[in-house]
This record gives sequence, C-alpha cells and structure tokens, in this order.
Amino acid sequence: MLRFTLKRAVLMVFMLLGLLAITFTISHIAPSDPAALAAGPDANVEMIERYRVEYGLDRPVYEQFVVYLGRLLTGNWGKSIHTTRMVWDDLLAYFPNTVELVLFSILIAIAIGVPLGVIAAVYQNRPVDHMIRILTVTGVAMPMFWLGLMAQLYFALYLEWFPLGGRIEMMTDPPRDITHLLMVDALLQGQFSTFVEALHHIVLPAVALCFPALASIIRVNRAEMLETLNQDYIVNARAQGLSTFRIVAVYALKNAMLPTMAIIGLRFGWMLGGTVLVETVFDWPGIGLYAVQAAISSDFEPIMGATIVLGFFFMMTNFLIDIIYGVLDPRVRDQV
Amino acid sequence: MNGPPMNSVDPLLSVRDFRLEFDTFDGVYQAIDGVSFDVAPGESIGIVGETGCGKSVTARSIMGLLPSPPARVRGGQILFDGEDMLTVGEERLRQIRGNDIAMIFQDPMTYLNPVFTIGTQLVDVILAQQRAKPRAERMTRRDARDHAVEMLRKVNLPNPERQLENYPYQLSGGMRQRVLIAMALSGRPKLLIADEPTTALDVTIQAQILDLIDELRADFGLSVVMITHDLGVVASVCDRVVVMYAGQIVEDASVARLFDHPAHPYTRGLLASVPHPGRPATSLSGIPGSLPNLLDPPSGCRFHGRCALAGDDCLQPPPNTVLAERHKVACWRAMEGAGAVD
Repeated sequence: MLRFTLKRAVLMVFMLLGLLAITFTISHIAPSDPAALAAGPDANVEMIERYRVEYGLDRPVYEQFVVYLGRLLTGNWGKSIHTTRMVWDDLLAYFPNTVELVLFSILIAIAIGVPLGVIAAVYQNRPVDHMIRILTVTGVAMPMFWLGLMAQLYFALYLEWFPLGGRIEMMTDPPRDITHLLMVDALLQGQFSTFVEALHHIVLPAVALCFPALASIIRVNRAEMLETLNQDYIVNARAQGLSTFRIVAVYALKNAMLPTMAIIGLRFGWMLGGTVLVETVFDWPGIGLYAVQAAISSDFEPIMGATIVLGFFFMMTNFLIDIIYGVLDPRVRDQV
Repeated sequence: MNGPPMNSVDPLLSVRDFRLEFDTFDGVYQAIDGVSFDVAPGESIGIVGETGCGKSVTARSIMGLLPSPPARVRGGQILFDGEDMLTVGEERLRQIRGNDIAMIFQDPMTYLNPVFTIGTQLVDVILAQQRAKPRAERMTRRDARDHAVEMLRKVNLPNPERQLENYPYQLSGGMRQRVLIAMALSGRPKLLIADEPTTALDVTIQAQILDLIDELRADFGLSVVMITHDLGVVASVCDRVVVMYAGQIVEDASVARLFDHPAHPYTRGLLASVPHPGRPATSLSGIPGSLPNLLDPPSGCRFHGRCALAGDDCLQPPPNTVLAERHKVACWRAMEGAGAVD
C-alpha cells in the first residue's frame, strides 16, 4: 500500500509540473507583450526594452519558467488589479470558503446518494425505484441557480428557516485563521455559536450545489449495484445463509463503491470549479465569484492563481480517490 | 415418478412432482416439469444431463435461490427433513442454508467475493450460521476464526492461518474450490449440493476435489447431490444417478445398474458419447439433434424427436416403469431398450 501511494504521489508531481507549464504558456501567449503593456501606451521602444529586462522577459523561455516556479513557491503569485491585494492573500481568503461549501455539498450528495442508489437497485423497477429516478432526472436537468433561488424564496424568505446568503452574519467576529476553513476554525477555538451560525448559512447553498452530483452518484451506484447483485459471489453468499442486509450493504456495496468513488471524485473536482452560480445567488465569498470578477476585469494574475489552485485540488482529489481505490480493492493495490 | 420409497429409511430430501417455469419475453419457459426423486441420509446421488436440462435449476430450487420473478413454482413439494422448502419462507430458508443444506458451485473463480479476504468471508458465514442457534451455544468471533482455520485444514489447504489473510485472487482455482467447500461444510450440513464443482478445474485438480468430497462425505455423514454432465464424476462419487432430459427425469437407477443396464434411449446415448480407453474413438457417438424448445415443449415423451426408437405411442406421455428394485425409467420402449443391451 505504501508503494502504491508513493507511486501515485510521484505521478502527481509530474502532473502538477504539466499544469504549471500550461499556465506558464498561457501567460506567455496573452497578452501579446507584457513589457509593452506594463510600460503603457506612450512608452517608446527604449522604455519597453527596459521593462523587458527588468521583468526578465529577455531571458530564454526555460529560464523564465524556472523563475516562474520559484515565484510560485515563494508565495509571490502576483497582484490583483481589482482587489489591489496580493493574489496569494486573496486566494487564501476566498478559496477555503469554496472548499468548505463543496466538501459539505459532496458529503450531502454521498450521504443521500449512495443509500438511494442501493435502494433503487434492490427495488429495481418498483415504485421506489421510479421515484428515485424522478429525483435523479430532476437533479441533472434542473439549473443550479434556479434551484438556489427557489430555495431562498421558500426556505429563507417564506419559512425563514435559513438565512438568505452570506458566510456568517455581518456582526459576528470570525474565528482566528488556523486552517482557514471557517467552520473548522470555529470548532477548534470552541466558538460553538459561530460554528452553528456558519452551518446555518452553508445548508441552502450546499443543497443547491449538490443536486447534479447527487443525481450522478445515485445513477452510477444504482447501475453498479444492479451488476454486482447479479454476480456469482452474491449467489454464493445467499447460499451460505448470509442475511440480505449484510449481502447488500457489505458484500455487494463494497464492490459497487469502486466506480461510485470515481464519479464522486470527478464530481468533487467539477464542483470546485463550478461554484460560481451558487456563490452568486447566495453571496458566498468563494473562489468562483473571485475568479469570474477577475476575468470580467481582465485581471490576469488572479485568473492564473485560481487556475493553479483549482487544478492542484482537482489532482489532489484524484490522488485521494486512487488511494481509496487501493484501500477498497486489493487487486488494484497489488498491481503496482 | 411417485412410486413407493426405495428404501425403508425416511428420505432426507424428497422432491415430489416439482414443476417450475420462467417468465421470459418470448413466453413461459417450462424449465422443470414433474421432477421427483429422493435422497436418503448419507446417500450420494448424481443428477446428469445436458446443459439446459434443468439440473442446476432443480439444485437452486432446493435452496430457494432462484429469483422470483422470473422463476415461478407451478406445483409439487421439496421436502427436506419433513419441511417443504417451497413454503417455509425466506427467514427459515436462511437458517437452513449453511446449517442444514449447503451448496458449492461450478466456477470457484467467481463465487468468492474479490474484495474481502478468505478469512472475512469464512468467518462471516460461520457467524451467520450461529443465528439459528440458541444464544448460549453461539460461537464468538474468535471461536469462528478458529473454526475457519480448522475447516481450511479439513479441506487440506496448506497454511490455513495464512490463507485467512489472502484475497481470492491470490489463490488458484483448486484452492478456491477448497475454500468454498470449507465454507459450505463449516455449518456441518446434512446435505451438500454440488453444482458441477469440478467442471472449471484442471483434470488433476478435478480428481483431488472429488476425492476430497468423497472423504468429507464419510467424515461428516453427508448426503450429496452432485450435479454434473460428466458420467465419470458420477461413477467415482455417486451411489445413484438421476438422468434428466428437458426438465424431466427419464431414468433413476443405482450407478452400477445404470452403467450396466441403461434402459432409456437417452441414457444409452449419453453413455455411448463418453470416451473410453478400451474402445476406439470411432465407436464414440453423439446424440443427434439438440434439446427441444421448452417455450413450447413437444407432447408426450420430450425425447421422441431425437430418439431412434420413437414411434406413434411416444406422442403420449411415457409410463413410469419400475425395472428393478432400484431402477425406474420413463419410456415406452424401456423394456426393448434394456433387453437390447442385456
């Protein structure tokens, strides 16, 4: 298992280098000439050249790439024009909020999706299965922002069960940053009222965000369970007198969870980069909102920063899924 | 064949006029049509026939393992120790499985769960058996593990303790079949149903597994129902044979009697198609034609379309004839056939 993990980790380093090469290339393609841009519209050729030397743009490309990597490693990710702050600080302020939202959302999707998938498979083509199918089709077809708006209308404005939006109340002092995840920090510092408040705020956006993931988890898990339940080892388990619950919830589910894990990982990665609609509706200070605002104002450095962070977390997710695969399936583990 | 019981002992298993069909998109498939046979305590019987003749379906029906729908029981009884397996209900069936009746299957490669260790699966099965017992007699997890090791030793698996930690893919086919046998016998059942247990194995391993089953049979006082299409297997481990054709039993005889005096034309066809070291390969003959379509089975004797002796009377259901004390046959031409071989 250790060898398996190490091998995956080494692979991930290479993928990360690939990602950085891509962002580096993009930053060299556009805008056309950073030195000319930096020097301003009235600059003459001499001044542009001076900027070129100053920014190291006259050096060979591979050298610039190394400098670029060095800059990233030392936390110098450039400056945002529209927030006038360092990109690294901005990312640290916004990205954890998105992570929190997406984690919470995917946990809801797993907690509901996996059991519903199992139930749909066990009661295949019975009324329960059809009802679950309606839910999955709805989940895929319904636009997230519309769902979010409806949830706000009903649960926040009409029933007043949940706040309309935001991360916590304006007047609440956020906990000191330790992990930068607000709910975790609140718990670590024993501020339970802040934690409950944050939890209260996260429910509606997380539910709105989870629907597409929920739908695909149910569908994949149902299909895998159907296939697994037809396997010979399930017949054998029945012939040996095991209880139906144990056969379904342990013997079949562990096999069916392998492909389901893959879809969970994929969905998690997509959700990280696809929160902007929900963040807009619920006024959630996350990276989606930040990146879109940067893109609208042609603010280059934050876009690159957000791309790297999202790409990195996407890889991390896949890495984790690979590890879980290894834990679940001994054949994968020993294949290395 | 609702004849008088063959021996004076009460049978352990008694299948009586069992009928079962499957709903398919093309219609009703009449898989089992009036099958009756008994298994005495300690007796080993073989059920032989071509693929699709209903032998596996019969075996799984005894355990209540066929999903319904599409399977539908149309009549008859399957009495095990006096209880009708068709009516006892799923809860009771689950207690009977593993504790009283156990089953092993054709392909050991696919009948073990790939993502759990041998130990986990064996211990789980042993613990599941405990629920049928009063609380005071139940094994703890530790007892179950010791029992698992003991069972693996009984089936001659090397290093039983170490095998518990292994996953199925780390074992060979023969070893897996041994694990499955250990699993099946861990509850000390009275009846073992073996559904083609050696078909997927190498010839040398086949012999080892058959020897093992024979040995354990004596050891545990087991009755065995051996499902196979291999008459060699029948000859080596069975006392009696039931020959099935197209969902019906055509002949029921002791092994010696069947090999020496096969009465049904189909049985004789089967015997003639077995290669034999003493005979030239040219004398090997198959049975022409193939199994009839059971969506619309032929009237009368279901074999008449392929039978060289068939005549007009074969369009009527054949009588069950008792030829000897332990020899029954369902055929209009049974006497002629038996005479011809004698």
